[in-house]
Amino acid sequence: MERFLNTTGSWALSQLSRMGHMLIFLINALYFIIVPPFKFRLLLRQIRFFGNKSLVVILLTGSFAGMVLAFQLYHTLRKFGSEALLGPAVALSLIRELGPVLSALMVTGRAGSALTAEIGIMRITEQIDALVSMALHPMRYLIVPNIVAGIIVFPVLSSIFDLIGIYGGYFVGVKLLGISSGTYFSQMENYIDMTDIRFGFYKSLSFGVIVSWICCYKGFYAKYAAEGVSRATTEAVVLSSVLILVWDYFLSSVLV
Amino acid sequence: MIEVIEIEKSFNSQKVLNGINLKIADKELVAIIGKSGCGKSVLLKHIVGLLMPDKGNILIEGTDITTLSGGDLDGIREKFGVLFQGGALFDSLTVYQNIAFPLREKTKLSKKEIRERVLEALEDVGLRGFGNRYPAEISGGMKKRVALARALITEPKIVLFDEPTTGLDPIIVNSMHRLIMNTHKKYGYTGLLVSHEIPEIFEVVDRIAMLHGGVIVEVGTTEEIKNSTDPIVRQFITGSLEGPIEPLG
Repeated sequence: MERFLNTTGSWALSQLSRMGHMLIFLINALYFIIVPPFKFRLLLRQIRFFGNKSLVVILLTGSFAGMVLAFQLYHTLRKFGSEALLGPAVALSLIRELGPVLSALMVTGRAGSALTAEIGIMRITEQIDALVSMALHPMRYLIVPNIVAGIIVFPVLSSIFDLIGIYGGYFVGVKLLGISSGTYFSQMENYIDMTDIRFGFYKSLSFGVIVSWICCYKGFYAKYAAEGVSRATTEAVVLSSVLILVWDYFLSSVLV
Repeated sequence: MIEVIEIEKSFNSQKVLNGINLKIADKELVAIIGKSGCGKSVLLKHIVGLLMPDKGNILIEGTDITTLSGGDLDGIREKFGVLFQGGALFDSLTVYQNIAFPLREKTKLSKKEIRERVLEALEDVGLRGFGNRYPAEISGGMKKRVALARALITEPKIVLFDEPTTGLDPIIVNSMHRLIMNTHKKYGYTGLLVSHEIPEIFEVVDRIAMLHGGVIVEVGTTEEIKNSTDPIVRQFITGSLEGPIEPLG
């Protein structure tokens, strides 16, 4: 029993210390976000990095998510004689929930993993040490541009996901299942307001911070050559994905 | 200029440095030799403040860097130029941008002045015309020369070379050594060089320090090291398999 308590206690302490370390990393990054000089060129590069890497996958998954959603909702709504509500049902599901969450998961898999690998390689090839030895802070050059880019890009990609998903739903609902185009869109206007859009925006904004933070952190502390980078990349994707879902639940219960 | 006093460092309970003492005078060029994995690079990283010792002090121009952090430590780091083992060139930047990077970020020189300095540095290391290449597009020897140019571009007072010639062919090894000697003469920096190139390194540096078992076992001029009677030093410089150093230990 004593041995069990010892093992559990030491595991809990090490997890707590790791979480503290991650939190200090984020606080440190937030400090450098507000303290000049700002590296706008690096920020633009990272915005391009996130956007470039993720746009195609966002377009693809967004359209299919909208299409599947329309199919599923159509059959459910038909049972209640409410097919006319298909447009708002698809749009609300996308804007409030699926758009921010699925786009964040996609960006994590596509750009987040690449980000961890890139920073991890910089760590193991001593490029980060080179920056430090030049008296330049890696937070400013590597981490801050990524976190700010995440804050900017995630809401934009989520909006694109929503838009393309609504049109995917339109294709299924209107072109394949025969709902009138006017019904699909006009009902949407009646049921969606700015609160829903703000709700989705806050979610994707916070996912942007979570993903860029976790992916940067894991890359920054990658160890032991190629194996270490590969492990860091896997951990970054898994942890980011889990945190996206946990934080999503938390925000959904707070921002009802 | 550089004084290392009784420094100790352990990683996961394994003691790598066990009371290192070393003094390097102004403008002196000193090589650290020793078996692979004996802690030479770790010592170098302590001197530039990339690692902090568990015990002991490191004085750079009289300032103990083990008591510094943040901006104060950065102030000391500005005196340094470092050539890392693998070059540590930034993958996303071209050769030209890599060399220009410290000047762009740390000085207020105009674009024209930076260009002149970088082109001169490229000329010095024999890489004129390679400025637009990316690190992935050049050979290992070229990478080390670019790293040398980057380390020297700000004309630092102290330059650390971490195995500048490892993995290069003998001709490039000699050309790197000549470059180090020429730049040392030109800029007059204090240099600390980690090397396995024996006997070539004897012609390059002023003094040599032998690191073994976490301590400096002998420091002396190249002649003193060549004629050393210490069995560890003798075995290492002759490359003998018989002696106190375990070849695969």
